Amino acid sequence: MTVTGLSPHTHELSAGVFVVGGGPAAAWAAYKAAQAGADVVLADKGYCGTSGATAAAGTGVWYVPPHPAEREKAMAGREALGGYLADRRWMARVLDQTYEGVNELADTGRYPFPPDGAGGQLRRGVQGPEYMRRMRILLRRAGVRILDHSPVVELLVDADGAVAGAAGYQRRHDRPYRVSAGAVVLATGGCAFLSRALGCDVNTGDGALMAAEAGAELSGMEFSNAYALAPEFSSVTKTAYYSFATFYHEDGTVLEGAGSQKGRSVIARTLLTEKVYCRIDRADADAQRAMRLAQANFFLPFDRMGIDPFTQRFPVTLLLEGTVRGTGGIRITGDDCATSVPGLYVAGDAATRELICGGFTGGGSHNAAWAISSGTWAGRGAARHAASLGPLTARRRVSALGGAGLRPTGKPGRPGAAREVVAAVQAEVLPYEKNLLRHEDRLAPALAGLHSTWSGLRASLYGGDGAEVVATRQAAALAAHGRWMYTAALARQETRGMHKREDRPGADPSSRRRLLVSGLDEIQVRPDPVAPVGPQEYAGLRAAS
Amino acid sequence: MIEVVSQDRCVKCDVCVKVCPMDVFALGPDGIPVIARQDDCQTCFMCEAHCPVDALFVAPLSGPAPAGSPYTDEAALLEAGAMGRYRAVLGWGGGRTPGSRLDQNHVFTARLAAGSQPAEETPAGRRRVSGEPSA
Repeated sequence: MTVTGLSPHTHELSAGVFVVGGGPAAAWAAYKAAQAGADVVLADKGYCGTSGATAAAGTGVWYVPPHPAEREKAMAGREALGGYLADRRWMARVLDQTYEGVNELADTGRYPFPPDGAGGQLRRGVQGPEYMRRMRILLRRAGVRILDHSPVVELLVDADGAVAGAAGYQRRHDRPYRVSAGAVVLATGGCAFLSRALGCDVNTGDGALMAAEAGAELSGMEFSNAYALAPEFSSVTKTAYYSFATFYHEDGTVLEGAGSQKGRSVIARTLLTEKVYCRIDRADADAQRAMRLAQANFFLPFDRMGIDPFTQRFPVTLLLEGTVRGTGGIRITGDDCATSVPGLYVAGDAATRELICGGFTGGGSHNAAWAISSGTWAGRGAARHAASLGPLTARRRVSALGGAGLRPTGKPGRPGAAREVVAAVQAEVLPYEKNLLRHEDRLAPALAGLHSTWSGLRASLYGGDGAEVVATRQAAALAAHGRWMYTAALARQETRGMHKREDRPGADPSSRRRLLVSGLDEIQVRPDPVAPVGPQEYAGLRAAS
Repeated sequence: MIEVVSQDRCVKCDVCVKVCPMDVFALGPDGIPVIARQDDCQTCFMCEAHCPVDALFVAPLSGPAPAGSPYTDEAALLEAGAMGRYRAVLGWGGGRTPGSRLDQNHVFTARLAAGSQPAEETPAGRRRVSGEPSA
């Protein structure tokens, strides 16, 4: 690789496929790229095996045996909730690929699934720590080179604009590094705005920022306001159990209309003026036992606080999970999870999950299935792309694309400014009255504030040539995310999926389109020319083929 | 947040330094990891789960434990059997059964699917809309 402007202590590597991220989607991408014959490097911001929303948690998996009736039921499940923006062709592909992938995790990965009592296994859920430990073992066996604590901060492109690698900083070695590659897979997760939701502080939307700098579009950014319930004192955002809960005012009276699956906005509205309490008092003894065995970490904070959540009331809060549980992300343009940028592939929560969830949440089983499937396709697609380039790859002249936080347009500012940028962004995106209970009167000023933050940081935010670049790039990614999110939220002048406009209640049938946003200094928004494939369109497609 | 690194139990294997996704630990001068950047801790419990000798304790609070808190008192935590409890639940460590084998997630997801709940009204009260997720 020919590069200019490199610091003398930059560590240089080359690979066929470079996978950025270390959660399940990244692991599947790296594993499948290696199986396809590529020489693979994977770099994670933290540690591949503990990083991200899955490793610290437990999740269901959208694992459905290939029986037509079961598959039909699975596809119909979130379709209406998602405002019919999903695509049944993609759902069918994901169900097929996930079934195959989970079986491989069981057979080759030897993941210890629970027995089903009839000689088989129950494969509809995984425990995060165990799952990611097994995936790391698979990667090592497949010969993937893993770089931990090596956050990537920018993409490298060749003279034609094709992605040719990425660069970052190795924290434990305290040195910059670059990986030249035939193709790059971004599997950096969604963006939870450093809200302290379980495992999500590594998910700062870095991949979307880098993709946008390369010219990729994003889709579904209005579906980015997923909030998770958590005990007020805690980070643990496992929300399924709250379906067995009752919510209360401080005086012990029931908070009417509040609920986990339905009625979370009642909780949000109430939290604006008073505390909300919860007790998981609708689970009988059998359910309680099952819960303890299913998601061990749900009970950790309670046990350590000396609270019995089944009998005692505890205060709750809502933590923003943004595009981790929301469905917005980098737009996909091909079945191999390619983007509009040659050489750039996306997987997992970094990519849009509207294709299988529409505007509803991807949280839990769907995101887990998506990570396996999109990771598999992106890894194979990237391997194929890299192979097609041949040996010329290594001699490409490359340039670095990073802007905000790396190369300010004005006089570089002082160190430590990233923290203030993060606080300014959080002040616009975390409050329920702005992001969850949406109204133009509050969205528009919030967006103006974010634009102003962006202008300031674009001119001066600077991370120097040390580890500070990681913090400045994260701050820039959060600001970019906030602006894409509210631009799309204002453009979608209706209520659909998780995007609920108080000033535009009800869905507008003519708005059944996914929305694309692009750009950084100037943001464009347009309806996706590719229409969603709902049940009727899918039936039509099948009849025609 | 991470509150305790037991000097007595630590075997200087550096696993916690390696696995912390937020890079909270640094190696101390004596080779025992120190909590160098507690502010960055995201309370994910992963260090505790990976520590082979149960030398770490993560308090359940998403902020630092207040001064004098029992969560910072190693002797009290040991006495209460608090250290290493999460690893035991995960079934990690010699002679244990992986916790995932005992997973009962399907029992309650089946129950969730069985009991559907009424839809919520929008603020304007005009239309039924979808609720929020469970995961």
